[in-house]
Amino acid sequence: MVPLYMSFFVGGILCLIGQMIMDFTKPKITPGHILVGYITIGAIISGLGLYQPLVDIAGAGATVPLSGFGHLLAQGAIEAADKRGVLGAFSGGVEATAAGITAAIVFGYVAAVLFNPKS
Amino acid sequence: MAAPKKRGMQTIVFDNPPCLTSWASIVGPKEGEGPWGNSFDVRLNDNLLGEKTWEKAESKLLQDTVSLALSKRGFEIDDVEVFLAGDLLNQLASANFAARTLNIPFLGLYGACSTMAESLIVGAMILDGGFCERVIAATSSHHYSAERQYRFPVEQGVQRSLTAQWTVTGSGAVVLEKGVLGPKIKSATIGKIVDRGQDDANNMGAAMAPVASDTIKMHHLDLNLQPDYYDLVITGDLGSVGAALVRQLFNRDGLVPKPNYSDCGILIFDEKQDVHAGGSGCGCSAVMLCGPLLAKMQRGELNKLLFVATGALMSPTTTFQGETIPCIAHAVAIENQ
Repeated sequence: MVPLYMSFFVGGILCLIGQMIMDFTKPKITPGHILVGYITIGAIISGLGLYQPLVDIAGAGATVPLSGFGHLLAQGAIEAADKRGVLGAFSGGVEATAAGITAAIVFGYVAAVLFNPKS
Repeated sequence: MAAPKKRGMQTIVFDNPPCLTSWASIVGPKEGEGPWGNSFDVRLNDNLLGEKTWEKAESKLLQDTVSLALSKRGFEIDDVEVFLAGDLLNQLASANFAARTLNIPFLGLYGACSTMAESLIVGAMILDGGFCERVIAATSSHHYSAERQYRFPVEQGVQRSLTAQWTVTGSGAVVLEKGVLGPKIKSATIGKIVDRGQDDANNMGAAMAPVASDTIKMHHLDLNLQPDYYDLVITGDLGSVGAALVRQLFNRDGLVPKPNYSDCGILIFDEKQDVHAGGSGCGCSAVMLCGPLLAKMQRGELNKLLFVATGALMSPTTTFQGETIPCIAHAVAIENQ
């Protein structure tokens, strides 16, 4: 179990970096760029073996931000590649993240059915 | 030989200045809470007007405003000969659907947020040209339909930058007639596109400031007017960022900023309403004209008004392709007898 304050601290720093990139590069870098950029960078750092140490010290503070999704994709691909070769590299990422993706779709759908957006 | 009603490079004057005989303004809830809330004919409690979508709501808003302007003058819809209108949505959806219901001859106009001035100019030309006796010029915008088309759906909750302006939910309509009493359109300056390379859809005030000052300068030049000729020069929706820039440009052009300059985008909301740089949209200048400004002219508090509606003619597609924002401003000179 990692201490809560480390989760808040690391998660907060990751979000702060994203916010600062958007604020200082306006209007060139948009939330969409941050989304894709964080996932890609998270996957690359994870592939180099540098993201797991961050997860070890910060727990959800590192896995909940989008870079954590990239980490999961990369680790899933690496593991499956070890077992099943090239085909695993293609399927492993999505297998590892399937729970998160499905949860996003199911909860998103349920919320959209139950509630109307406020103006 | 120059055309008899043309003056200088861009300005036209009317032989028989058409009269603004009736007008109406309807605004959304947020605009109704603004500093001029009491000056509008109708303040809505609901952004949807009982419709299912923002787009349907905007079209109904435009229709209701047109009907209200006509009924104030005791007209039926068939009494006007041409309906001139436009809005911000693709294919002028709101205006087209309103025209479908109103069922009178219709010319759709796109000038982005400058549409109120554009429709007044075209309407005045039709009347002074002797083609019709009565026309109605109108426009609308809706915060939620515009945000969805130009930026992000509001439901997504994207952060708004401090230079961003708030598209006004509102609609204004003016009945123009030949030779009756009321404020008259004496002259108008048709704007040129000015594009100084601004490409941020969240800072349209800065994009539009150069064109506003250009049109105002040309109007004064073409008609040989002193900078203090008008009681009020009002731009459409430059907001606080654009209005600050335009004052600097006035200085450069020798149109020394007098207390007689203001901007509808600054006036329509209060700073406390957290709209950042001010209001924007076709509805912004339209409701300010058809609400407080024309009422002030009717009461004689204002006698000479230069209404300069400004438009940022951006397209989301070309913005993604890296294009900058072409801007336009048209000036309409409205004067009491």
